[in-house]
Amino acid sequence: MGSQGGFGQSKEFLDLVKSIGEARSKAEEDRIVLNEIETLKRRISEPDVPKRKMKEFIIRLVYIEMLGHDASFGYIHAVKMTHDDNLVLKRTGYLAVTLFLNEDHDLIILIVNTIQKDLKSDNYLVVCAALNVVCKLINEETIPAVLPQVVDLLGHSKEAVRKKAIMALHRFYQKSASSVQHLVSNFRKKLCDNDPGVMGATLCPLFDLITIDVNSYKDLVISFVSILKQVAERRLPKSYDYHQMPAPFIQVYVVNLNLSLIIQIRLLKILALLGSGDKQASENMYTVVGDIFRKCDSSSNIGNAVLYECICCVSSIYPNPKLLESAADVIARFLKSDSHNLKYMGIDALGRLIKTSPEIAEQHQLAVIDCLEDPDDTLKRKTFELLYKMTKSSNVEVIVDRMIDYMISINDNHYKTEIASRCVELAEQFAPSNHWFIQTMNKVFEHAGDLVNIKVAHNLMRLIAEGFGEDDDNADSQLRSSAVESYLRIIGEPKLPSVFLQVICWVLGEYGTADGKFSASYITGKLCDVAEAYSNDETVKAYAVTALMKIYAFELAAGRKVDMLPECQSLIEELSASHSTDLQQRAYELQAVIGLDVHAVEIIMPSDASCEDIEGGAKIHRLGVDTQYFCIMIDKNLSFLSGYVQQALEKGAQPYIPENERSGMSTISNFRTQEHQESSMHGLRFEAYELPKPTVSSRIPPVSLASSTELVPVPEPSYPRETQKVASLPSVSSSDPLELRLRLDGVQKKWGRPTYSSSETSTSNSVPEKSVNGVTKVVDAAGTVSTRARDTSYDSRKAEVEISPEKQKLAASLFGGSSKTERRMSTTGHKAGKAGSHVAEKPQVSKGSDRSAAEKTVAQPQPDLLDLGDPTVPSSAQSYDPFKQLEGLLDSNQVTSSVNHNAAGTDKAPDIMGLYLETARSGSGNGSGVDVNLLSGLSNPTVKNAHEGTATTQSTQFSKGPNTKDALEKDALVRQMGVTPTSQNPNLFKDLLG
Amino acid sequence: MGIRFILMVNKQGQTRLAQYYEWLTLEERRALEGEIVRKCLARTEQQCSFVEHRNYKIVYRRYASLFFLVGVDNDENELAILEFIHLLVETMDRHFGNVCELDIMFHLEKAHFMLEEMVMNGCIVETSKSNILSPIQLMDKLS
Repeated sequence: MGSQGGFGQSKEFLDLVKSIGEARSKAEEDRIVLNEIETLKRRISEPDVPKRKMKEFIIRLVYIEMLGHDASFGYIHAVKMTHDDNLVLKRTGYLAVTLFLNEDHDLIILIVNTIQKDLKSDNYLVVCAALNVVCKLINEETIPAVLPQVVDLLGHSKEAVRKKAIMALHRFYQKSASSVQHLVSNFRKKLCDNDPGVMGATLCPLFDLITIDVNSYKDLVISFVSILKQVAERRLPKSYDYHQMPAPFIQVYVVNLNLSLIIQIRLLKILALLGSGDKQASENMYTVVGDIFRKCDSSSNIGNAVLYECICCVSSIYPNPKLLESAADVIARFLKSDSHNLKYMGIDALGRLIKTSPEIAEQHQLAVIDCLEDPDDTLKRKTFELLYKMTKSSNVEVIVDRMIDYMISINDNHYKTEIASRCVELAEQFAPSNHWFIQTMNKVFEHAGDLVNIKVAHNLMRLIAEGFGEDDDNADSQLRSSAVESYLRIIGEPKLPSVFLQVICWVLGEYGTADGKFSASYITGKLCDVAEAYSNDETVKAYAVTALMKIYAFELAAGRKVDMLPECQSLIEELSASHSTDLQQRAYELQAVIGLDVHAVEIIMPSDASCEDIEGGAKIHRLGVDTQYFCIMIDKNLSFLSGYVQQALEKGAQPYIPENERSGMSTISNFRTQEHQESSMHGLRFEAYELPKPTVSSRIPPVSLASSTELVPVPEPSYPRETQKVASLPSVSSSDPLELRLRLDGVQKKWGRPTYSSSETSTSNSVPEKSVNGVTKVVDAAGTVSTRARDTSYDSRKAEVEISPEKQKLAASLFGGSSKTERRMSTTGHKAGKAGSHVAEKPQVSKGSDRSAAEKTVAQPQPDLLDLGDPTVPSSAQSYDPFKQLEGLLDSNQVTSSVNHNAAGTDKAPDIMGLYLETARSGSGNGSGVDVNLLSGLSNPTVKNAHEGTATTQSTQFSKGPNTKDALEKDALVRQMGVTPTSQNPNLFKDLLG
Repeated sequence: MGIRFILMVNKQGQTRLAQYYEWLTLEERRALEGEIVRKCLARTEQQCSFVEHRNYKIVYRRYASLFFLVGVDNDENELAILEFIHLLVETMDRHFGNVCELDIMFHLEKAHFMLEEMVMNGCIVETSKSNILSPIQLMDKLS
């Protein structure tokens, strides 16, 4: 235990910890903590509290805050403790203030002086403690107070200090870049620090700097590559100059394995930034990244972490076929793994790689579908993210349907909002038909209405008003009619979201009577119902009233007589007296409009003029609230950017892909910010939406090759191309219509969406045998071209097909059985706990075998081992006390004393603790000696001898390392202190690494 | 690139250690801990050790009765964080010897000191167990 086993601490503290540990409910815990607050408030401000005692009080304050209660009454004492000269006390004080205070707290001013002093200390541990605090509590204003000293410490002889100084500068940079702008070169310099740890830490600030300004750090590419190469081999020269190659005779460090991997990950992240869109820089990286792919240990967690980072890097830098191939291999391995963690990483990696090689998704369609249907929510979401990236006009229906189903099933509003916006975005971008679009939007609004950005609603209204931009008035009016019809159907449903109602009212107002199918009185009746049903929602009422006004105006303009419904009449009267001036005004406007003659009405309310062309290509949109007009001018060509674009292209940047052609380009982050952007995605959109032409679009998800080829007459020359693609490496974004169509079938087959398939797939893809025929046929037709490649790719696919039902079954049974394992866990305690730590890891510090034997007996009680004079051995986990049994093992002839102690524990312990407290107060270090003697009564003679020494020998004895005896002694000791593992929480004693 | 917080929470959902690398008020911490602990504790062993929550991810790992939860930015490497958690547990095990939940409770400050050596500004800065423990051992000698 490397410590006095908690026994430098008072009985009070131990009791507190014990009671918190055994608290059964949050309420009980709260009660304990509130009690503790009262006690501490009293005790902490007593005069002359001994320092050791104060340290304990402060840790108790930390407990109070950790458990969610306010401990601000004690902050000042923590601040005072930072002034102490004793390192332990000082560090405890520093720890407490970093946990309690934020950088803008008033008390910080009382610490800055101490920090300044400590940064100059001769004791490097004091300096380190101060630097820890600097990293947490120095704000923009106090940076200048410590900056010079921190910079000095960059040259400190201890690497730990240099490292912390670097991180302090990093923090300053994050807090206020301008205050350390002149010091940024230090990060470059520290890259050559002779300690790999310091160099590794330097990569953190460098990553931030490079993220902001890639171009200023292109010169470091060679250095980073060379460091990466050496770190991957876990050798780093002691003095490394990033401008030159290291001299061969230089002494070499062997880098700690974990450190080497963490540095590799950081470097790969940095290279990904530097190589993005830069062919030349990327070329420098190919070799080293390829080496890591080859050499990395794929059996370990951290090895896979590095491989994953390699994939991220490869997908970010200028594409290289070989690396893409390696990346695809790793992804395949991840996806095929049984570990959900690796599957998750695989799906994520797939989403990254898919923009450079869209074909890769097809190889993994089944794995992707498995993940999509997995009960694990995390995996499911990740898969939706992938689907979002690979959506095309040909698969949009399936994907959006899936997304909406999922959206309906979840409660997490944050994610619901996100997935709703994605549905809207995909629907807007790829909608195959007006009807489908309206239906989809209806569903989104119905189920996530109030979570949807209001802009989406405005977009929808505008879209309905404008149509899909084609000069086909007929289609547009069909769109409107279908919208009106669907809204009239939906409008009766209870509790529609406000945003959706606004859209409904607006559309009914503009187009409710346009096609003559519905009478004005029918529509106005519905509108009045809405206004009545949602009388608490003023915005909806406003929309409804304005819609009413429009209906009446159109009626008047058409020369028909307006009969206002009685309920409408009363609504208007009610609103004329509304508290809301906006509603009042609308009501009066309505009344005024009705009173006007036909010509006047035509002028103020021209029918179907919600969007009107005016000169210069700008448009006016009348949206929702008719008093709002906005006007947007667009220079679509952005001609002023051409020069810049040309330059970038020459440097190897990827050419711009128009929005409707790309997939997976929008990352989550820009997806998120997009809500706040006025422009592009949700801005005005004047181009046509893609029509559902199955043969046109490219890069579509997966499919059974055979069936559709069979159906579609294929021109000969396309064969080699296609096979090449299947078998070998993805050339970037070619649009082969065939390939496309092929993928589709598979999707349909798997997902079984009746709406999805277009006629050409209807006969196909029923039985595997049939597809086999298909393949052979195709091969025959195509002659001998690449038969082998085709066959193999087919075989592998077929294999997958055969496996998948079983796989799914297996998964189902795995998850179905989870409750069972859960139960076992609670009964067999330790054993299940072991299974519970859910990654296969390297064997840990070896435990005594007798200990594990003890565990076994716990699971299966054996009378001889458990003979503790306690005839009734409780068998359930709830009541057994593992440590009683363990004590039996420790020393059988001590059993009686241990049992006695258990019996008398409650009276005995306090006395001794009282004794201890006295000695502690008197400042003597013998305190622990008392404990030791106490303990010796319990344990065997050798231990006794060891404990007769001083506290220090005791601690060394304990820190010798994990062996069974230590553990048992610890348990015994803890019990001695009155902390008995009662039935309440035996878990407290369970070895974490067991 | 960064760790936002490190939590140790037992099976009953009681916090045993909390370290935040960005400031949150007491109420925010309370709410956050309640939310994510509920989410993570409800998951089964077979499910993956990552949970996406708002705009960050939680990587968690269970050791006996104790869950280690690490909140990280979205671009952080999850597998590396899993390995970090394991390193943390190993380090505590080396120091305490067969570390258990109670060790952390009795020596809360030491567990924090270890974290202070391992993580700064949300970046992992030390991975060598002996480097992490040496200042703590030196302090033990002093006291």
